[in-house]
Amino acid sequence: MRFLLDAEQTAFVRTLDQLLAAADTPAVVRAWSAGDHGPGRALWERLAGTGVFALAVPEEYDGLGPLPVELAAAFVELGRHAVPGPLAETIAVCALLRGLGDRGPAKEWLPRIASGEVLVTLAPAGSYALDADAADAVFHVVADGLALATGHGPVRASLDPARRLARPTGGEPLMSGPAVRDAVREAADWASFATAAQSLGTGLALVEQTVAYVKQRTQFGTAIGGFQAVKHQLANALLGLEFARPLLYGAAVALAGGSPGAGRDIAAAKVACGEAAYAAARTALQLHGAIGYTAEYDLSLWIGKATALRTAWGTPAECRARVLAG
Amino acid sequence: MDLDFTPGEDTFRAEARAWLAAHVPATALPSLETAEGFAAHRDWERELSGARWSVVSWPEEYGGRGASILRWLVFEEEYYAANAPGRVSQNGINLLAPTLFEHGTDEQRARILPAMASGATIWAQAWSEPEAGSDLASLRSTATRADGGWLLNGQKTWSSRAAFADRAFGLFRSDPAADRPHRGLTYLMFALDAPGVTVRPIGRLDGKPAFAELFLDDVFVPDEDIIGAPGQGWRVAMSTAGNERGLTLRSPGRFLAAADRLTALWRERADPHDTALRDRVADAVIGARAYRLFTFTNASRLAEGGDIGAESSLNKVFWSELDIRLHETALDLLGSDGELADGDDGGGWAEGYVFSLAGPIYAGTNEIQRDIIAERLLGLPKGRR
Repeated sequence: MRFLLDAEQTAFVRTLDQLLAAADTPAVVRAWSAGDHGPGRALWERLAGTGVFALAVPEEYDGLGPLPVELAAAFVELGRHAVPGPLAETIAVCALLRGLGDRGPAKEWLPRIASGEVLVTLAPAGSYALDADAADAVFHVVADGLALATGHGPVRASLDPARRLARPTGGEPLMSGPAVRDAVREAADWASFATAAQSLGTGLALVEQTVAYVKQRTQFGTAIGGFQAVKHQLANALLGLEFARPLLYGAAVALAGGSPGAGRDIAAAKVACGEAAYAAARTALQLHGAIGYTAEYDLSLWIGKATALRTAWGTPAECRARVLAG
Repeated sequence: MDLDFTPGEDTFRAEARAWLAAHVPATALPSLETAEGFAAHRDWERELSGARWSVVSWPEEYGGRGASILRWLVFEEEYYAANAPGRVSQNGINLLAPTLFEHGTDEQRARILPAMASGATIWAQAWSEPEAGSDLASLRSTATRADGGWLLNGQKTWSSRAAFADRAFGLFRSDPAADRPHRGLTYLMFALDAPGVTVRPIGRLDGKPAFAELFLDDVFVPDEDIIGAPGQGWRVAMSTAGNERGLTLRSPGRFLAAADRLTALWRERADPHDTALRDRVADAVIGARAYRLFTFTNASRLAEGGDIGAESSLNKVFWSELDIRLHETALDLLGSDGELADGDDGGGWAEGYVFSLAGPIYAGTNEIQRDIIAERLLGLPKGRR
C-alpha cells in the first residue's frame, strides 16, 4: 500500500498550479460571470493542453484515461483557482460517452473534449445545465434516454455568479434504454467525484487566503491571527479539509479499481468535501469581516463557489443516505 | 496510489482474526476501571502476549512480531472488529515504550518491556499536577539528587490507571534554577507501592476510579530508572506526546468497529423516517472511514522515512470529537435505555460514552492541539493562550 500521490502526479499538480496562478483567474471568472466567455475558453484550451480533460478520455479516443487519481488531483487545483466552466459536467459527459454501448457519439465528441476544442455540458433529468450558453453541446437526460439540446431557456443566476444555469430545450433522444440509464448513473457519480475535488480545492484556497489576511490585518495593535478565537476557527476549517482529502483519494482508488463500492465512497467524499469547503467559506467570511462580504473583493468568488458546489451533483442528505444504503 | 494489502498482510490479518475469534471472551469483561475488571484485563493481556499479539509492532526479543505500522493497523482493525477487551496496558505500550525505544538503554528495555508486554507490570502516567495541566512545563514536583539516585517530592494528579497500576512514569523538576520552565526537567519511573507514595483514587464522571492523585514524599528512584539524561526530560517526553496524539493511541480500527456497531444499532432500532438521526449515523461511518484513510496516508509517509509532526494534532482532535459524536448518536438511538450504565442491555454504549468524554481533555487538550494546528501547520503567529 502506498496511499500518497507519486512524484509524477505531484509534478502535474505543480504545473497546473503555476499555470493557473499566472492566469489571473479572478479576472477570467468575472468575465465569465458577465457572459464574456472568451478569456475562459482561452484558459480552457490551455488546461486541455496540460491533459486535464484527456484524463477522463480513454486512449482509443485520443485521451489518457480514465485516471481518477490524477483527475482528483487536477480538480483540486481547478477548485483552488476558482476556474469557471462546466468542469464536473465535462467529466460526466466523458463517463457517459464511455459508458454508452454505441461508439459513435464517443468517437464524435471525446477526442475534441480531450483537446479542448469543444466545450460540453450535461443536465441531469429535469434540471438545469451549467453554462449551456457557453457550451458547444448540451447533453440532457430525458425520460429513459439522452438528448442533445437544440437550445436553452433563460440563464439563471446562481449563488456562485460564475455558475450560469439554464434549462436545455429541444433535441431528439440520441439513445435510450437500460444501457443509457446505467451510463447516466455512472456519469452522475463521476460528476459528484469531480465536484468533491473541486470543493476541496475551493476550501483549501479559502483557508490559504484567510490565513494570509489574518496575518496582516491588525487590530488592537496586533495581527488578529494571534488571537485564539481566530486561530481555532481556522484550525477547524483545516481539520475538515484534511480529513475530507483522504476520502476523495479513497474514492479515486475505488473508481480506478472498478470497486463495486465506489458509488458509496464517492458519496462519502462528496459530503465531506462539500461540507468542509462550506465550513471554510463561513470561516473565511467571518474572519475577513465586512470586506469578505463584498462582491468586489475576490474572496467572494470562492465563497460563492463553495456554497453552490455543496449541493451540486449530490446534496449532503442524498450522499449521507447513499453511504448507509449498503 | 493504492490501498492494496500484500498477500503477507492478508495472511497476517487472517491469522489475527482466527486467533481472536477463538480467544476473545464471549461475555464482556467487567469495566477495567474497577479492581475486579482491572485484574480480568490483566489476565487478558497475559493471554494476548502468550500468543504474541499484545505488542505486534515491537521487536521479537521483547515479545513482539516486528510488525510494520501497516500490519499493526491491520491487527487493530481485527482486534476491535472482534469486540476484544480494552487494553489496560495501553499507557505503557503507547506512551512509555516508544520513549524507551527512542531514549532508553538496552538494560532498561530488557528489564521493562517484556514485563509490560505480558501485563505483569501495568503502567500509569504521572504528567499533570494540580497547578500544571495544559501548561505542563510549569510543573512543580521535584527530583533531588540522593546517593545512587533521586528523591521525588510533590503531587501528581489525573493519573490514568494509577488506582490499580504497578508503576508510573512522569516528569520532575530536577533543576529549579534552570532559565526556562521546560528546562531542568527529568523523566523518571517509580513504583506505585514504593515507600513514600500515597495513591488516592479519583472517581471519574461515572464514579469509577479511572485515575488517581499521587502524593510523593521522599520517594527514592535509583539512577537506572531515569530515561535520557537528567535535565532532558521535556525533550524526551515530547517524543512520547507525539506518539500519543499521533498514530498509536487510538487506532482507526476502534472507530471502524464502533461505526459498524452503530450502523447495526441504527438498522435495528431507528425510525427510517428520522433522517436527522440517519445523517448522524452516516457522519460517524464517514468519519471512521476518513480517519482510516488519513492514517494510511500517514503510514505511507512514515514507511518512506517521513515523520508526523504537528499533523498529529489534527489526528487527536479528529478522533476525540468523532468518538463523542458517535457515542452520543448511539445513546440517542437507544432512546430511554440510553442512560442504562450497567448490564448488557445498553450494549456498553454508556460506558464508552463516559470514556469518550475524556478524549478532548487528555493527551493535550483540544484547545492546545488547535493552537498547534494554527501555529505550526497554518503559520499563524504565537499569541497569548
